Amino acid sequence: MATASTICAAAQQLLSRAECEDLLYHEAALLDDWQLDEWFALFAPGATYDVPQAGAADDISSAEALFYIADDYDRLRYRVERLKSPMAHSEWPRSDTARIIGNVRVLGVNEAGVQVRCTYVCYRSKNNVTDTFIGHCLYTLIGEPGAIRIASKRVMLDVNSLRPQGRVSIIL
Amino acid sequence: MATAFAPRRKEGRWIIDDRAGGIFKVNRDAFTSQEVFEQERSRIFDRCWLFVGHGSELKKPNDYVTRNVGGREVIFNRDRKGEFHVFLNTCPHRGAMVAREKCGSALAFKCFYHGWSFNNNGKFGTRNPAGVYPDDFGKDGSVDLARVPRLESYRDFYFINYDRDAPPLETYLAGAAEILDLVADHSPNGMEIVGGVQEYSIRANWKLLVENSYDGYHAAETHETYFGYLMKTIGDFDISQIQADSMISYGFDLGNGHAMIEGKAPWGRPIGRTIPVWGEEGKEAIAKVVAELEERVGPERAARIADRDRNLGIFPNFVMNDIMAITVRTFFPTAPDQMNVNSFALAPIGESAEDRKRRLDNFLEFLGPGGFATPDDVEALESAQRGYAASKFAPWNDISRGMLKEVPRGDDESQMRAFWREWTRRMEEE
Repeated sequence: MATASTICAAAQQLLSRAECEDLLYHEAALLDDWQLDEWFALFAPGATYDVPQAGAADDISSAEALFYIADDYDRLRYRVERLKSPMAHSEWPRSDTARIIGNVRVLGVNEAGVQVRCTYVCYRSKNNVTDTFIGHCLYTLIGEPGAIRIASKRVMLDVNSLRPQGRVSIIL
Repeated sequence: MATAFAPRRKEGRWIIDDRAGGIFKVNRDAFTSQEVFEQERSRIFDRCWLFVGHGSELKKPNDYVTRNVGGREVIFNRDRKGEFHVFLNTCPHRGAMVAREKCGSALAFKCFYHGWSFNNNGKFGTRNPAGVYPDDFGKDGSVDLARVPRLESYRDFYFINYDRDAPPLETYLAGAAEILDLVADHSPNGMEIVGGVQEYSIRANWKLLVENSYDGYHAAETHETYFGYLMKTIGDFDISQIQADSMISYGFDLGNGHAMIEGKAPWGRPIGRTIPVWGEEGKEAIAKVVAELEERVGPERAARIADRDRNLGIFPNFVMNDIMAITVRTFFPTAPDQMNVNSFALAPIGESAEDRKRRLDNFLEFLGPGGFATPDDVEALESAQRGYAASKFAPWNDISRGMLKEVPRGDDESQMRAFWREWTRRMEEE
């Protein structure tokens, strides 16, 4: 049976921090460029994407608490489809966004995959107003270097409330 | 209350209400003026009943939550004996907030500035060395936590009023009380707020969110992408059914500026309307929920609770939408063009984990800052607010739709007219 130390060693072997960083920077670039289909393709079938409420604990469950977003794979697919439509009024004309990813750490590996944490800042400008989203992300990554897929992405907002941002209509 | 005497045409500073001609206009300065914003504070928010919280937020004695209601920081709490209170969250000594966390359990509140402390029933509880203060210091209650003048509840919905002389809550609620009953009756165990408050803001005047929250007219246009998703997920829904008599929504004036639309929409309702995507398991679970309802409240009332959707607005700033899930929201202006929104999900206590999940999924698909619909409402409200900068040359909003109908529908604008008549009465009364 794998011990904690062998699991950590496995994680080191499985994905290096640099490999994780490459993926996260690539992901951020796709979102900033509104290449949403390409972004969605980073997610493995069955993957989830969720955004708990501002200030929530990392392990909170969307089965019990009210989130902002708790997408399964199908709902995420529709989120992407919707955002590509000019009828998604909140994001039409599209926002300008810039994401900065940092403090990337490979936390370990479990049966779900490699656990990765990063800090992000995301600037979103629309109608001449710029809002800033700040927080950290928790990823579960699976697959081999060069073919890494996201099995889950949880975006934590390290702010007190969505004031003044008001909405999470972009993908964070 | 229904107006006993309604002039056929009223032209005031803010509205044109031409009942004979079927025209209703609202002056856009009502959304932009600093003077209106200040008058609303004294004439509306300091006079009307304001939602402070739901009883389920304070499950045990000593529980408290802090929030801003009507521009003031308050503590909504229960004391050691379980009694409910609302205190102004400011130390009687020099003003600092005595509770600075969003929620918790506290036998006492202690100000961190100089250490004054208060029992959770508001009583001053600091011992000082002899001679520092007069012997009878505070005996008159003057250094107790200040209490919001009025606190009353209806079916576990707690409201406060900053006006000591306001009419009782139940009188004020008028026809809206019956609608709160319909939701409170969803469960034999009572209702509860689920997992936290969505706190967000909108860069628009607060009255735009009142109008939007029961605006049946905008749904198909603004929310095309939501309905597109819904049609995919609910499977073989026959779109022509939307025109069926049973689905038509109507507008109701509930008195005192409260109003509602009620009808039947194509989405699933965890309280009583299944959809194909929920499968056999969902169908059976919903049938069980409906059977319990019928048993408890009778088939007719059960059908209304289970299978009708309703968007309720209680004047001035309380919304309860009992739709694909139940959302309760309240909101306050911080400037003419800015509001803070507190939004809650309400659900039956003791609901099964599966029913709860369907409910929360339903909620998030439409509602809240990350839903497929609410962000587009926010965009519409903010867009209107920017448009109002042109009010000198484009001064009027039109909410005449359906004004000459005997029975206005949910996609008419009678519910908004009910709000604006009450708003005008309060803003113009001597």
